[in-house]
Amino acid sequence: MRGWVSPRLAALGVLAALIVLLPLTFPSAYYYRVAALVFIFGLAAVGLNLLMGYAGQVSLGHAGFLGIGGYAVAIGPTHLGVPGWASLLGGAVISGLVAIIVGRPILRLKGHYLAVATLGFGLLIAIVLTNEAGWTGGPDGMSVPRLQIHDWRIRSSEAWYAISGATFVLGAMLAYNLIDSPTGRAIRALHDSEIASGVLGVDVARAKLVIFVISAIYASVAGSYLALLNGHITPDIAGFLRSIELAAMVVLGGMGSVIGALVGAAILVVLPQTLTWLHDYEHMVLGLILMGFMIFLRQGIVPSLVEALAGRRP
Amino acid sequence: MTILEAERLSISFGGVRAIDGVSLSVARAQVFSIIGPNGAGKTTLFNLFSGLYLPQEGRVRLAGEDVTGLAPHQLARCGLSRTFQNLQIFFRMTALENVMVGRHRHECTSILADLFRFPSVVRQNRVTERAARDALDRVGLKSELDRAAGTLPYGALKRLEIARALASEPKVLLLDEPAAGCNPVETQELEAVIRSIVKDGITVVLVEHDMRLVMNVSDRIHVLANGRTLAEGGVAEVRGNPAVIEAYLGVHGSKEAPHAVD
Amino acid sequence: MAEFLQFFFSGLTVGAVYALVALGFTLIYNASDVINFAQGEFVMLGGMSTVFLAVAGVPLPLAALLAVIATIVVGLLLYHLGIRPAREASAVALIMITIGASIFLRGAAQVLFDKRFHSLPHLFGSEPIRIGGAAILPQSFVVLAGAAVVVVLLWQFVDRTLLGKAVLATAANRLAARLVGIDTRRIVALSFAVSAAIGAIAGVLITPITLTSYDVGTLLALKGFAAAMLGGIGSTLGAVVGGLVLGMLEAFSAGYLSSKYKDAVAFLVILGMLFAMPHGLLGRGRIERV
Repeated sequence: MRGWVSPRLAALGVLAALIVLLPLTFPSAYYYRVAALVFIFGLAAVGLNLLMGYAGQVSLGHAGFLGIGGYAVAIGPTHLGVPGWASLLGGAVISGLVAIIVGRPILRLKGHYLAVATLGFGLLIAIVLTNEAGWTGGPDGMSVPRLQIHDWRIRSSEAWYAISGATFVLGAMLAYNLIDSPTGRAIRALHDSEIASGVLGVDVARAKLVIFVISAIYASVAGSYLALLNGHITPDIAGFLRSIELAAMVVLGGMGSVIGALVGAAILVVLPQTLTWLHDYEHMVLGLILMGFMIFLRQGIVPSLVEALAGRRP
Repeated sequence: MTILEAERLSISFGGVRAIDGVSLSVARAQVFSIIGPNGAGKTTLFNLFSGLYLPQEGRVRLAGEDVTGLAPHQLARCGLSRTFQNLQIFFRMTALENVMVGRHRHECTSILADLFRFPSVVRQNRVTERAARDALDRVGLKSELDRAAGTLPYGALKRLEIARALASEPKVLLLDEPAAGCNPVETQELEAVIRSIVKDGITVVLVEHDMRLVMNVSDRIHVLANGRTLAEGGVAEVRGNPAVIEAYLGVHGSKEAPHAVD
Repeated sequence: MAEFLQFFFSGLTVGAVYALVALGFTLIYNASDVINFAQGEFVMLGGMSTVFLAVAGVPLPLAALLAVIATIVVGLLLYHLGIRPAREASAVALIMITIGASIFLRGAAQVLFDKRFHSLPHLFGSEPIRIGGAAILPQSFVVLAGAAVVVVLLWQFVDRTLLGKAVLATAANRLAARLVGIDTRRIVALSFAVSAAIGAIAGVLITPITLTSYDVGTLLALKGFAAAMLGGIGSTLGAVVGGLVLGMLEAFSAGYLSSKYKDAVAFLVILGMLFAMPHGLLGRGRIERV
């Protein structure tokens, strides 16, 4: 039925090759940084895509988990003496726990109620991060000590390019694995019919929670990387605009497409960097993109391309 | 041996008593049909059996165990499965994948195994796929398995739902109007499928409007009207029951019934 | 006691604004099932436009009128360019469209105006009135009176005019309304226009007290939604009641508990309502048929 290499394995292979070969085109360290940002947001987008594209839920507050992960690697070393990598893991664990606690009640909701509840949740996290200045440095944020593993201090853009690229490939691989598994089928099923999935033995509430937690952990790791890369963090990382940006990446690239998440992230990260004259109009453009895609190209770029290409072949 | 039992089930929706003290008992490996005029409460009864509604009074027993109030996925684990009057197909998935979901309660993997694609998961996927193919073969959809469910015609979708429900290897299968919208040829094929299911020891509870199908395939018929039991018995018994005829055809119609061509 | 009165009045004042925002939400939701996130931007546009027009030399009353008209135009554009083209969009897709619109408007305001805070002159002077030991700004009464006038006008419109009845009909059952010859698209457009006007008026009235800037819209939209949820989404009376109650909850918790977490009150209300009483204090429950 399938060829020797499944299309997913092929996609991962191409991705890995791309990551290794792309730097040959980079004229300066700046490009490494932008690419690292693409992989970092791409990671968060892959996680959110599992929740929105595959499971059919919506989260307009996912940047809250970016915030938890980011502030974990700031607060851990600064206030608690916990090394960076351990703080990163700690942040992921905390995000998972928060997702479990908040997810159980929130995922009972549907449609615009779920959208607004998650929006509220994300904003709540941003508010806490802004207010607890003693821990978080308040609205101006705090500095993030560079990641140190034994004698190696990781601060170059090249190093973060490699780390975030490798992590993205890992994240994509796990996502593909999950989709093509019993859990993945259950999640895709509940997207189409919660009633039928329940009747076939799927514990719908539990399945939704599992995917919510997984997507939270993806975002947390991405948030930690972001903070470590920048060396600084502010509460904006968990803010409303960030959450909407993440959702826009998923929508843009294509719901239900892992590669789409990367494409969406790439567009929304690179566009403001290349079109610097756009800077003042950044929000206007984001708003227009979101509106445009939700009205005209709800499927997103990658699935539309795939469909168009498939249509042309006999 | 009684496999499914309802004891004085009742449920109201905002003042309307949709099901009022209904009791019935289904024996193993039988075809038990529930019929009645529109609005009699047949689908409501199914929803009560399959855990989608919580009864306000009464009990449901599956293979002797009290399963009243259990959630649908818990009932699935006890061996109950069903199809739906308004198809609840997973339209975004292929026909094969639809039926593979039907195997869910027999799949045993963990999140971790799924994420990291342990050999156990690869094996499980293969086993599930094979079982799904068999189920599709049984309902005559073997050629359609890789088609997106959304592209299949209506009759095929009805059979797909049955295949999906069969894949879960239930003890009791509730079929909610499987012949609705089917032409006579499809209905005959359906009859054959139902008989083969029962031969495998699975009990079928059928809600249907197509009287020919019901009369041909049922062992016992339970008649509902206005949420209450009107009659129950074998095919001939129910057929000749004046109260049943009246419920379907009205007082006037029931006087004409004996003169109708069979 | 003085403290209590102080919180009561500030709660009532800001509650009146939430009530108007919630009313705008409810009008649009009733006519079209759309949750319009750009509702908060209508308020922002009302205030900011008035400020900049006044600075440009336009006399204040005219500036306010022009600002309201401009906002109405924006509301209509939102409907015609953003909502109407979105055929068969799910509830979530529609919310995302309006969120996109609100971000766009916010970005436009940033460019058109600036990023600073701005104020408008108080209508009756900024000397606080002393009532029972509490110091209350005259503008508070202006806000309350303005809100009351808007609510009464709306009520009369829906109750007495044929067009108002058409709005009610559309809200009750869109298909049936179309079948009896009501052009539901015009009704929905009207609902956007009226919501925009209400929001803009609220913006003009409250700016002397709370100031305005390009990004006040987001938080206002969320709080307005919280108020609408509190009162029961779909109920116009509920929107007003919900707004006032939310304003009070905010003022009292800021006063007696912690002012840092004032904004969190609205979200806790949303979350609480969604779990405990999804249909709000006055809303009607819908029975779902399986």
